[in-house]
Amino acid sequence: MSAAVDMVQFNADIVTMMPEIVLGCGAMLLLLLGVFAGDKHSRAVTVGCVILLLVTAVLVVGGPDARTLAFGGTVVVDGFSRFTKLLVLAGSAIAMLMSLDYLRDEKLTRFEYPLLVSLATLGMMLMISANDLIVLYVGLELQSLALYVLASFARDNARSTEAGLKYFVLGALSSGMLLYGASLLYGFTGTTTFEGIAAALTRDGAGVGVKLGAAFVLAGLAFKISAVPFHMWTPDVYEGAPTPVTAFFAAAPKIAAMSLIARFIFGALGPAEGVWLQIIAPVAVASMVWGALAAIGQTNIKRLMAYSSISHMGYALTGFVAGSQEGVYGVLVYLVIYLAMTVGTFVCILLMRRNGEAVENVSDLAGLSDRDPTTAYLLAILMFSLIGIPPLAGFFGKWYVFLALIHSAAEHPWMYTVAIVGLITSVIGAYYYLNIVRVMFFDKPAAKFEKPLGLVNSALLGASGAFVIGSVVVLAPLIDAASAAAKSLFP
Amino acid sequence: MSVILSLTTFLPLIGVAMILLMARGPAGDMLTKQIALWTTLITFGCSLYAWSLFDPSLKSFQLVENHAWLGGSIRYHLGVDGISLPFVILTAFLMPLCILASWTSIETRIKEYMIAFLVLETLMIGVFVALDMVLFYLFFEAGLIPMFLIIGIWGGARRVYASFKFFLYTLLGSVLMLIAIMAMYVTAGTTDIVVLLEHDFPRDMQMWLFLAFLASFAVKLPMWPVHTWLPDAHVEAPTAGSVILAGILLKMGGYGFLRFSLPMFPDASVYFAPMMFALSVIAIVYTSLVALMQEDIKKLIAYSSVAHMGFVTLGLFALNRQGVDGAVVQMISHGFVSAALFLCVGVVYDRMHTREIAAYGGLVNRMPIYAAVFMVFTMANVGLPGTSGFVGEFLSLVGVYKANSTVAIIATTGVILSAGYALWLYRRVVFGELEKKSLADIEDMNGREIIVLAPLVAATLFFGFYPKPIFDMTGTSVEATLENIQGKLQAAETAPTEPTP
Repeated sequence: MSAAVDMVQFNADIVTMMPEIVLGCGAMLLLLLGVFAGDKHSRAVTVGCVILLLVTAVLVVGGPDARTLAFGGTVVVDGFSRFTKLLVLAGSAIAMLMSLDYLRDEKLTRFEYPLLVSLATLGMMLMISANDLIVLYVGLELQSLALYVLASFARDNARSTEAGLKYFVLGALSSGMLLYGASLLYGFTGTTTFEGIAAALTRDGAGVGVKLGAAFVLAGLAFKISAVPFHMWTPDVYEGAPTPVTAFFAAAPKIAAMSLIARFIFGALGPAEGVWLQIIAPVAVASMVWGALAAIGQTNIKRLMAYSSISHMGYALTGFVAGSQEGVYGVLVYLVIYLAMTVGTFVCILLMRRNGEAVENVSDLAGLSDRDPTTAYLLAILMFSLIGIPPLAGFFGKWYVFLALIHSAAEHPWMYTVAIVGLITSVIGAYYYLNIVRVMFFDKPAAKFEKPLGLVNSALLGASGAFVIGSVVVLAPLIDAASAAAKSLFP
Repeated sequence: MSVILSLTTFLPLIGVAMILLMARGPAGDMLTKQIALWTTLITFGCSLYAWSLFDPSLKSFQLVENHAWLGGSIRYHLGVDGISLPFVILTAFLMPLCILASWTSIETRIKEYMIAFLVLETLMIGVFVALDMVLFYLFFEAGLIPMFLIIGIWGGARRVYASFKFFLYTLLGSVLMLIAIMAMYVTAGTTDIVVLLEHDFPRDMQMWLFLAFLASFAVKLPMWPVHTWLPDAHVEAPTAGSVILAGILLKMGGYGFLRFSLPMFPDASVYFAPMMFALSVIAIVYTSLVALMQEDIKKLIAYSSVAHMGFVTLGLFALNRQGVDGAVVQMISHGFVSAALFLCVGVVYDRMHTREIAAYGGLVNRMPIYAAVFMVFTMANVGLPGTSGFVGEFLSLVGVYKANSTVAIIATTGVILSAGYALWLYRRVVFGELEKKSLADIEDMNGREIIVLAPLVAATLFFGFYPKPIFDMTGTSVEATLENIQGKLQAAETAPTEPTP
């Protein structure tokens, strides 16, 4: 009797986790295909991986509507996970498509690339569904290990190898911290599931051990979203890694880590708001401020985008600081918009090639408006959007997170300070984005870039630009979807 | 539901779409200019049509459009009243003149230039017709992008510095206003301006909201001491950019005070009125003195703009009928006069490519028409009776005199100083012997330039002698706004002081 019930439950669990299972098995199959077919067919493997991600996305969409626990409550599928999984899948698929031309030009075309991205994506999906410290760690490590290899994918390039090594060492350190924190949480609450931790916190309150454990776990997660003061790896890794890999780093893993943070602080640490708030709030403020200030002196556009992503994660985190459902949906809207802006910007960076190699200085963009006005205008629009100037999409990202913050500030007046600091740093940050516009439009032209963007990348840039401009008209459905997704996090 | 306001606002974008299709090269450029000109002319026609539909005897907003937009209470809500309509018409009136003024002086990237101006027109009209705070902010802030590009791409030697200063200054002011808008949304539960106008915010909150809005409008207007971006931006911007900057963008600050700060935060407005008076008086006297010492024509006019905007804030914060009427007329008149003065500078700049006062002199000998036109606007700038400048300054001063006579007396010295710098400028540029060799062959205004300046001459003189059409349009709305303010102030006085929870 009980065995039969277990079997039924097991089947239900399998169905719940079907997208992850399909993605994992599919990646293995494509790996076999790659091994036997060789690098000549790596384009086919890439296409296969994109299709695999699409299939996974369809399965995610078809997943259960209500909050569903599986495998003894260690993983959870709900509206929130569906929203962020789709975002991650989109980010990964775009990263693969973006890289096609670049890898060919750099003679890096190898079938492992799309597979590593797929496996990293699998890790991210596990992170998003994690409802247990162990699943959290497994997902995080699967993602991270794939990303370490991707960072050093250009293995003949010293900077890429350095980036991979640096990322690996610092990543291992952060994983260690996270694991230590998880062990403390387990030790003081006696359970690894988020529900169990929350129940223990409600029952016993948050003691020193739990606080310390939460701090270590959050530090490990902050490393993944490169929030200050755990951001040190970001500029070096962004600069050293091949550009499409950087583009991938900038979007999908951050979305996954942000949703993991959301589930951890609102799920496991929900009853102990004070504990996570005093960690997340300073981290958010420091990220916004340092991301804006440190970027000013950067001349390498990839390093600049690293600091830009640091400050954008700071803005997104302020939505969590608000501590409300409204704040979470602000974060979701922010992440969608951030993904769109990042894709467009990195496509433009991919364009920057001269004499057979990539050039990465901001000054190399000089006079782009003369040579390639369409790209220049699109990049300028993306820059204005990154500043947060309406009616471009970036403004609405900021609007929703800060609105949530102001809403919560009625109870916690210090949040006004966070909002004011955040918006003033966006003015400081405006300087370096404007600087890119200046170089493109006001400076004397530099030499031409090697060749125009390929078809796929042009389409991606166009889509990104269209989203950034058009969102002012069509944002309402996205807001509704994000709002519904955030609701499921607060049952 | 009428769509005339949406049409007026977004018509320029149709022009943009058409220009995007034009080929590069001389033929395409010519066509581009014509499309831009016709688009702005038709937009002007639309704004006049909106005027014909407008019933000035009604207190409420008219020609209202209200559609769902971002969900919640954030809606696409447009409408005009007697305060906003004149600015819509002024914007639509100045744009064709700007396009014409740029006809030959802009030689590079003509397509982009015209697109920037048309986009800017949409955004400027949008600011005045928006009846939702978020929509308003969207238009208000978005104007930074085209203006940044106009100064930065087609500007003078120090254009990069000027464009960055303009952008960052204005953005810093605006983000503080953004926080205030969010706080109002959270407190009142709506971003609808019509509802917010009736909402009573707690007194303490009004203070903070007022200061946050002040940060934005003071930069935009600009008020002393945050005016320093203006001379740089004006000097470096191309002629038409300066015209728009002085003619319309500055008015957004004054409009903002009248639309938001005064009726929404009346207690704070009364409380801060002395500070506003002080800043305005300093602006009038100090920047007039600074203007006296300028060697660059555009910079001189820029400083005189700051001084004239001082009269606007004086009139507004006098909080009486004459003061507010005066402020509105002053803004509209300054829209004609400063725009025309910058166009006048543009005329000689196109010929000589210098803005230094010392490089000119005796122009009357070769350019009699120019001398006459420039004379009209110099006099209007001084506030000579018979020009629109007089009506605005006089009424503002009367209003202030009723509120605070000392302030009015000090401010009046500004009128004298303005006569000083304006007439001295005129003397140095136009009168005297034509001694400079470089000026020996200078030509008088051509037909296009006359066409550009003639409507402004007509408007300045017409409204100088007969300002009634403006008062007819604005009267009811100004009165309603003042009634709203007085009502709230009395309610606040009579209400028992509640203990704050």
